[in-house]
Amino acid sequence: MKLRKVTAASAVVLALAVSVTACGGDKKDDASGGGKKIKIGIKFDQPGLGLQEPDGSYSGFDVDVATYVAKQLGYQPNQIEWVQTKSADRENALQRGDVKFIAATYSITDERKEKVDFAGPYLLAHQDLLVKKGSDITKGTDLNKKKLCSVTGSTSAQNVKKTIAPDANLRPLSGYSECVAGLQSGAVDALTTDDSILAGFAAQDKYKGQFKLTGLKLSNENYGIGVKKGDSATVDKINKALEQMVSDKSWDKAVKDNFGPAQYKNERAPKIGDIVK
Amino acid sequence: MSSVLYDTPGPRARVRNVVLSFVFFALLGLLLWWAVMKLDDKGQLAWDLWKPFTTGDAWNTYLLPGLGNTLKAAALSMVIALPLGAIFGIARMSDHRWVRVPAGVVVEFFRAIPVLLLMLFAGEFYVRSTDIPSDARPLYAVVTGLVLYNASVLAEIVRAGILSLPKGQTEAAYAIGLRKGQTMAGILLPQAVTAMLPAIVSQLVVIVKDTALGGVMLQFTDLLNARSTLAANYANVIQSFFVVAVIYIALNFLLTSFASWLEGRLRRSTRGTGAVLGAGTVEDLNTGDTGGAVPAGKTG
Amino acid sequence: MFDFLEGYDVLGAFWTTVQLTVFSGVGSLVWGILLAGMRVSPVPLMRGFGTAYVNIVRNIPLTIIILFTSLGLADIFGVTMGSQDFKIQGFRLAVLGLIAYTAAFVCEAIRSGINTVPLGQAEAARAIGLSFSQTLRLIVLPQAFRAVIGPLANVLIALTKNTTVAAAIGVAEAATLMKTMIENEAQTVAIGAVFALGFVVLTLPTGLLLGWLGKRLAVKR
Repeated sequence: MKLRKVTAASAVVLALAVSVTACGGDKKDDASGGGKKIKIGIKFDQPGLGLQEPDGSYSGFDVDVATYVAKQLGYQPNQIEWVQTKSADRENALQRGDVKFIAATYSITDERKEKVDFAGPYLLAHQDLLVKKGSDITKGTDLNKKKLCSVTGSTSAQNVKKTIAPDANLRPLSGYSECVAGLQSGAVDALTTDDSILAGFAAQDKYKGQFKLTGLKLSNENYGIGVKKGDSATVDKINKALEQMVSDKSWDKAVKDNFGPAQYKNERAPKIGDIVK
Repeated sequence: MSSVLYDTPGPRARVRNVVLSFVFFALLGLLLWWAVMKLDDKGQLAWDLWKPFTTGDAWNTYLLPGLGNTLKAAALSMVIALPLGAIFGIARMSDHRWVRVPAGVVVEFFRAIPVLLLMLFAGEFYVRSTDIPSDARPLYAVVTGLVLYNASVLAEIVRAGILSLPKGQTEAAYAIGLRKGQTMAGILLPQAVTAMLPAIVSQLVVIVKDTALGGVMLQFTDLLNARSTLAANYANVIQSFFVVAVIYIALNFLLTSFASWLEGRLRRSTRGTGAVLGAGTVEDLNTGDTGGAVPAGKTG
Repeated sequence: MFDFLEGYDVLGAFWTTVQLTVFSGVGSLVWGILLAGMRVSPVPLMRGFGTAYVNIVRNIPLTIIILFTSLGLADIFGVTMGSQDFKIQGFRLAVLGLIAYTAAFVCEAIRSGINTVPLGQAEAARAIGLSFSQTLRLIVLPQAFRAVIGPLANVLIALTKNTTVAAAIGVAEAATLMKTMIENEAQTVAIGAVFALGFVVLTLPTGLLLGWLGKRLAVKR
């Protein structure tokens, strides 16, 4: 009898496990047809640009731009399903139609243009360095022999290593928040990526007043909205939406809301198709 | 407690033990003190960094969904790997060479390769050759890697489970005229499954631990990955690691305890043959390949 | 046919894997023996520590331990392992993490080996007046070791496979290189096969050799 009970109990555990699985698996994918929901790719872990807030909502400049664009395409905010698109995954997500478009610090480059189409740009950012207040790093070559944090697979650190400071001591970490923590504890001397991203981290309550951006403008990053290759109708619609966003001052408001607290001095709104090399 | 290695301590030994205890305690205390000082130095003990974990938001938005995905991947892997493992385990004991040898090669091959490589390979393979949407792909990759590895470990567990049954079971089955297939399906397998239950639960611990690889290397939104989104919000890298580690320990400790409770229960049971495969077997099998030697099943 | 290998240092990556395995193997053997000694010692506090260590470490994913060596030990506690160069530091920290994890399994293997030594051996040793450490060193451990060569070989093979987790902190070993290669090259299956073969070559001889040694040296009872 006892043996049976044990076996039965295990069966119950197994059944529970399976039902948990089943619960998670029944999300229906209705992004393409019906027009009820729209899937938009953003980052989940970049304060100021795309961040999943503790209450489950999403905030940031990319999120505001995407919400505005979605509205112009005929979707209310509650019809948007946010999807996390990590850097390495963006082209694939578009090619497969997993998301309608992507607004995730997505720089327009010739290489990417071969795989996806871009609307915009909607923001001009620059690669920059985040250092501690009072740091003696003021120009790119100062990074030689210095400890530079990068996110695994990011191109900005490799840029530095290749062209600016070949002797930089590169440390690959899995995310920007780890890099910023390392910067605070002194484990690294500098962190490099787009100034828009860096500003968001520097403005976090825990770090306020501890870091500064060097303002070096090591590169030009033209943020665009990624769309599936060949979907020129959507690109046109998004471009119109972006133009309207700038003209009705929503763009300025989004900039103020998201970059204001970070005291990030952004460039003026770029003209559609005007890519700064 | 007395042991094989020493007598119940007498007066002198007791004094010595007390002194050693004290020295050891002092060393541990010193280490702990150093750690706390360092943490305090770097401002890591600030309540602000720990407070988020006392709120519902941190749990509802990040940790619990992450834990849910971890459990989902683990449960799926086990459910798929178990029948696969049973098939390969039985195939390895086949009387036919052409069944036994290929099954053996497959099992030994997948046990020799790191799970991480299997996951990375599966992930890339799905990108290139299938239509799986990108938000589901990490789960598929993680589960595929875990299934390939664990099915081959479970194959060995099944084999050990069947071998642990007393020979009389097979002989009796043949004596009443059952055929090979009938003996396996009707007599051996049901008993072996009961004997294997503790080993299977122990294997879940291994699976749960391995899901974490997907979180760091494959962007699978498991507990460890949810931790990084959480840390981006609260700027508490070390604290979030600590909390997540505690969750893993608690979860796996529960599983381990359940396994040993099950093992004890089955050993004491008067029904059945008393054959039980405990956690020890699992450890030997998981750690790799020694030319296909099956550890002798423990019989109670 | 193998032109996809060009420009990648596959052998170098596997050499790093081998180095990780050897250093961590030696380290975890030493630390594992110490832990096993604590777990069977007459001092209750040491026993408690040994048990707690093994139970905690075995239940944490290795990934977390490895990440902690980098983000916790190095960043917060300043344990930089004698090098500021992140390539060297990362390697040494990975070895440290692998030792901390693997030692728990070494400890359990040795403890199970100690349990195979018949009671009479230790009783006889005590009867002729040997102390605890003498009994352990001269009588029990030598016999136990011969019984645990098989299980220890298994731990070593698991360690070889586990070195891939060092990829989580960017150590340039086999898994890191494979990830880069399958992202950049088209021949996914061929690359997978090369790396799989590499690990089979590393683990199979170890298993066969130590398995044979274990059988030869086992104390016949």
